[in-house]
Amino acid sequence: MNLYLKGARIVDPSNLTGEAPVLPGFRSSPVLFKTNVPCDIYIRNGKIASIAPQGKEPIPADARVIDLAGKIVTPGLIDMHTHLREPGEEYKETIATGCLAAVSGGFTAIACMPNTKPVNDNKSITEYILRKAQEARLATVYPIGAISKGLQGETLAEFGDMRSVGIAAVTDDGRPVMNGELMRRALEYARNFDLPVISHCEDLTLYSGGVMNEGSVSTQLGLPGIPAVAEEVMVFREIRLAALTASSVHIAHVSTRGSVDLIRQAKASGINVTAETAPHYFSLTEEAVTGYDTNAKMNPPLRTAEDVAAIIEGLKDGTIDAIASDHAPHSILEKEVEFNMAANGIVGLETALPLTLKLVHTGHLSLSEAVAKLSTNPSRILRLEIPSIQIGQRADLTIIDPDRKFIVDIHKFQSRSKNSPFHGWELKGKAVMTIINGRIVFNDLD
Amino acid sequence: MKEKPFTIKHVLDIASLSPDQITYILDTAESFKEISTRSIKKVPTLRGKTVINLFFEPSTRTRASFEIAAKRLSADTLSISASTSSVVKGETLIDTARNLEAMQPDVIVLRHSLSGAPHLLSRHVRASVINAGDGTHEHPTQALLDLLTVREKKGKIKGLKLAIMGDITHSRVAHSNILGFTKMGANVVVSGPATMIPPYIEKLGAKVTLSIKEAVQGADVIMALRIQLERQNKLSFPSIREYATYFGLNTQHLALAAPDAIVMHPGPINRGVEISPELADGPHSVILDQVTNGVAVRMALLYLLLGSETRMSHGDTKKDEKNPPSPPFTKGGHPLSPPLKKGDTGGFSGESQ
Repeated sequence: MNLYLKGARIVDPSNLTGEAPVLPGFRSSPVLFKTNVPCDIYIRNGKIASIAPQGKEPIPADARVIDLAGKIVTPGLIDMHTHLREPGEEYKETIATGCLAAVSGGFTAIACMPNTKPVNDNKSITEYILRKAQEARLATVYPIGAISKGLQGETLAEFGDMRSVGIAAVTDDGRPVMNGELMRRALEYARNFDLPVISHCEDLTLYSGGVMNEGSVSTQLGLPGIPAVAEEVMVFREIRLAALTASSVHIAHVSTRGSVDLIRQAKASGINVTAETAPHYFSLTEEAVTGYDTNAKMNPPLRTAEDVAAIIEGLKDGTIDAIASDHAPHSILEKEVEFNMAANGIVGLETALPLTLKLVHTGHLSLSEAVAKLSTNPSRILRLEIPSIQIGQRADLTIIDPDRKFIVDIHKFQSRSKNSPFHGWELKGKAVMTIINGRIVFNDLD
Repeated sequence: MKEKPFTIKHVLDIASLSPDQITYILDTAESFKEISTRSIKKVPTLRGKTVINLFFEPSTRTRASFEIAAKRLSADTLSISASTSSVVKGETLIDTARNLEAMQPDVIVLRHSLSGAPHLLSRHVRASVINAGDGTHEHPTQALLDLLTVREKKGKIKGLKLAIMGDITHSRVAHSNILGFTKMGANVVVSGPATMIPPYIEKLGAKVTLSIKEAVQGADVIMALRIQLERQNKLSFPSIREYATYFGLNTQHLALAAPDAIVMHPGPINRGVEISPELADGPHSVILDQVTNGVAVRMALLYLLLGSETRMSHGDTKKDEKNPPSPPFTKGGHPLSPPLKKGDTGGFSGESQ
């Protein structure tokens, strides 16, 4: 079915030239890419066939017309930090349910972390993930391979083999690479295969058994703390290793003021470092743990109001390039237990965009900046083709209603897990339609 | 008698108690002390009520104290320890609790090695939950019995200087006492190895000093804490010997305190480590009074959670009035006169869940 998207404003951070570029073989119809100009987009055979100011071109007879007045069309969003639990813990999330959650949150693509059971540290697991993702026919899945075999932090996993079947990056996410030389070798070896290296920065020796941020709340609650410095010393190590090896490194889920400062300085001195944060690190503080709410337990932990302000500042000035969900599904088996025993992490695919739009509504980011952090920048960091809205391009699009108010309801999540601290929050702005390859895979229009 | 005297459901921490509520509990406990001095140490107040002591951590004092308190009020008690429970078979806390719940207990007293476990439990059972110590969080009944002991010995709490010495980081007793004594108007100073003083402890109301001498200077109450070897990760101090030398309390410290200072310890004591035997057994020591008061405080809490509720909420008031709680309420009138302001449920976690 061909689609005719009528009257939506286009927000495409990949294209700041003002004109719609045209791929060879497609009809030229340049229009101004301004967010205040409603446009019509014709999608034929999965590709964008034309873009024109609203009403300027006749509506093709073969197209289903979708009225998008007041809505925004953006290049498909990509979540560069998702945990799918397949293989191994399908009761928390399968690749199919994770993909469904992704498209319901407006993501057309997700990159999934290797800490499955077994670990994605070899090409047969990578192939398995890709096959399952294909069968789901929803979001595009970019598997991320392990840095070390079994995430054990001892020997390098087979980067080349995994790359040959389609991993997008390597990381030992959740199990920080404590061995400095191994990290150095990973950064070097990854260059042969043009693989981005993602680091979960955490010095495990700097706390024993910490379960939340070390600070006044941890003292009040009598819970062992994780000091901010446990993250920061590793951010510093990765930055210096990237400089040493003349490679690049991506810092996952930045949560502290000190990390933001270190990354800002490194970028200024020309070191090739990029960074992401997750919505909870600019939406919540350690206070959320009060009452021993295990849905406020994650790693890195929720920090202080001062850290939240620094994260927002880092997003504004570009120190933090991307926003990623760190979607980490867990069942009540892992969450309805004593706080110390509870698993780390929260689901995030279905709340990441609305929480990011909150930064737009509060004036911290422009709409274009917000979309860049959810689409253009993560694609650039993962060295993928930059999603864009141009004639001839595959139609992977996210349609956002920036003004739609709704109450977050975990029971409506498509994810198999419901571990979210945002249940009951009233938010404004969400994805209302997700189109992949010209096919509507999610529709919540009015 | 129409008004509910004391709308408490659970006793989870001192942090959520108001000074009025603490005073009320102490007054009630004081009136219960007499029962334990009778030749027949039993009153029928909680006949037909069931109290389960669920202890996931070793305990002698606290467990015995709760058991005796319940028995002196004629409640039926059952004590379960981790080694005899299904926990060793892999049952979760909530499942254990739900199964006990199915047997309709009225109070579950929980001791657990993890902070917040009583809070978790309280969200899953209808019974009242009393925290008998959770991880490194709080030990509210210990603080209440310490407050009672100090009030008894000093006649007041307000304005006193309390020095808490030792491993503050791992001590739930310290946390509850800092909160409790501060709420009641005392000045609390903590001291010990810097490795054992948690960040932001001042936010709980305590002053911090690294000088032991400064901490005990002019103190009215000196409280030594047990070095919790089971909670140490071996990085906090080099050796027991060195700890005893530089941080152990002895008579020299007492000489710096107020002349009539009292010495406390929550037990069990590592003699010669955190406190010298001369101090622990000396004339200033009130360590055994603390234990005696522990029974009274726990009787008071059980009574306030159950006894008063029975009188208020059951239709069977005639019978109840013929059978009032036995302790003679000599001081300050009847403890059922409500000290709570209207609408103040006090930080006891709410009545309903």
